[in-house]
Amino acid sequence: MELIYAILEKLPFAFLQYDFMKNAFLAVIFLAPLFALLGTMAVNNNMAFFSDALGHSALTGIAIGMVLGLKQPLLCMIAFGILLSIAITKVKGADMLSSDSIISVFSSAAMALGVVLLSQEGGFAKYSYYLIGDILTITQNDLILIIVTLIVCYIVWILLYNDLLLVSINRSFAVSRGVNVTFTENVFVILVAVTVMISIRWIGILTINSLLILPAAAARNISVNVKQYHCITTIIGCISAIVGLVLSYEWGTSAGASVVLVAAVIFFVTLFFRKK
Amino acid sequence: MSVHNSCGLCRVEIENVSVISGQDVLLDNVNLEFHCGQLTALIGRNGAGKTTLLKAILGERNYTGKIYYEKHSGEEMKNPIIGYVPQQLVFDKSMPVSVADFMMATTTKRPVWSGYKKQQKQNLMKKLQEMDCADVLNKKLGSLSGGELQRVLLTMTIDPMPDLLILDEPVSGVDATGLDLFYKKVTYLRNTYHIAVLLVSHDLALIRRYADKVVLLDKTVAEQGDAEDVFQTKTFQQTFGYFAGEEKIWN
Repeated sequence: MELIYAILEKLPFAFLQYDFMKNAFLAVIFLAPLFALLGTMAVNNNMAFFSDALGHSALTGIAIGMVLGLKQPLLCMIAFGILLSIAITKVKGADMLSSDSIISVFSSAAMALGVVLLSQEGGFAKYSYYLIGDILTITQNDLILIIVTLIVCYIVWILLYNDLLLVSINRSFAVSRGVNVTFTENVFVILVAVTVMISIRWIGILTINSLLILPAAAARNISVNVKQYHCITTIIGCISAIVGLVLSYEWGTSAGASVVLVAAVIFFVTLFFRKK
Repeated sequence: MSVHNSCGLCRVEIENVSVISGQDVLLDNVNLEFHCGQLTALIGRNGAGKTTLLKAILGERNYTGKIYYEKHSGEEMKNPIIGYVPQQLVFDKSMPVSVADFMMATTTKRPVWSGYKKQQKQNLMKKLQEMDCADVLNKKLGSLSGGELQRVLLTMTIDPMPDLLILDEPVSGVDATGLDLFYKKVTYLRNTYHIAVLLVSHDLALIRRYADKVVLLDKTVAEQGDAEDVFQTKTFQQTFGYFAGEEKIWN
């Protein structure tokens, strides 16, 4: 770790003299590719609304953790996130309502429950930092957690990507090619749920979805094949993360929101270079 | 591409096949047989049970009766390979997926985002060339015309070469030239690999030109035989209109 810190100090960024900034910098460097990878598939599957709901549901996870008297609600958040994702996927598959209505119902219910529980005796202000997150609170243990998640994600991407792609192109076609659609979908939504819940403390409930969706949406405008799509999304993700972090340091603003702002600018630029 | 030398399958026999859904009889005692090296066209009005019969053969629909595959030696073929080209593939056209990505994803385990070897790409190219659409390999899947997409699907369906090829004719998005080219390719496959082809179609002119045998379905087999003969029958004229079988309206 000392070695990495020493290397970072050599970089031409004044803010890297602080250890907490070094951690934040390392965190965004690993979070960006993680979100990029998941984002490519989330956008392919039109799941922007889904991941938004997932972010909101973090409040309920936190609330359950609080009711149980846990100091760190992370496990509760992850468990609840997984439960919600699988529930949404299942109800969506049953074709009862249009999928955005279904997701909206789940999202509202989960968020309302969270706010009701957390605002008992007017105590919601304590939890409001979850809304915009604080990336400067990242510890070395958190970094390890992020890296492990990234590795797991890459492993899934190596083993399951072709199946995921076929499912996102056309479900019945994937079935006819022998893909286990339910399994593939569930693995993916669980991965998204875990990643979102782990990162929400640092990125914030309000901005986490944009971080997932924006780089991939921008890359989609200018790529024609899967390889390009992945490379460009990862590059855009990393650039917005680093530039956003620097800006947030200079301006004293929320890191999550600054990163999203940079990604949004990149998205609008790519709109002009749109490929058919 | 695995080549069928002299084709393992000899004929497909459909014996007393019925499909009932709740109160509705979708197929009533269908008896039919078709051979390899033959293009059999399935025609009929909407709701006559054409798609239901395809689904039954594909094993996606429960039926009573028997569907039997016989080898040249006269034995039963237990697990014939059945290739199926769907009527249309609905997908998000803006998705950044190239034809090569799509084809590789169905045939290899290596994740397509990691790219592929030159050799693999050349193989795909060769297969597409056989179906006259090598130029689409690097194009975005969503930018293909209806006819090109259909030929790409056909290319994927014949790898490995099936014993029985089932085609559901595209109803939209394919122009006359594309449709004609599609039939030419199917005919080429039938001649080269001697496979059995079963086709659902609405285009009577193309059927007359390319089909070896026509089956008019109306819950059960109403008529069957050469296109010329079937087109002369009363049942055919009642289904498709009196003049449908006349040559003059095809031109």
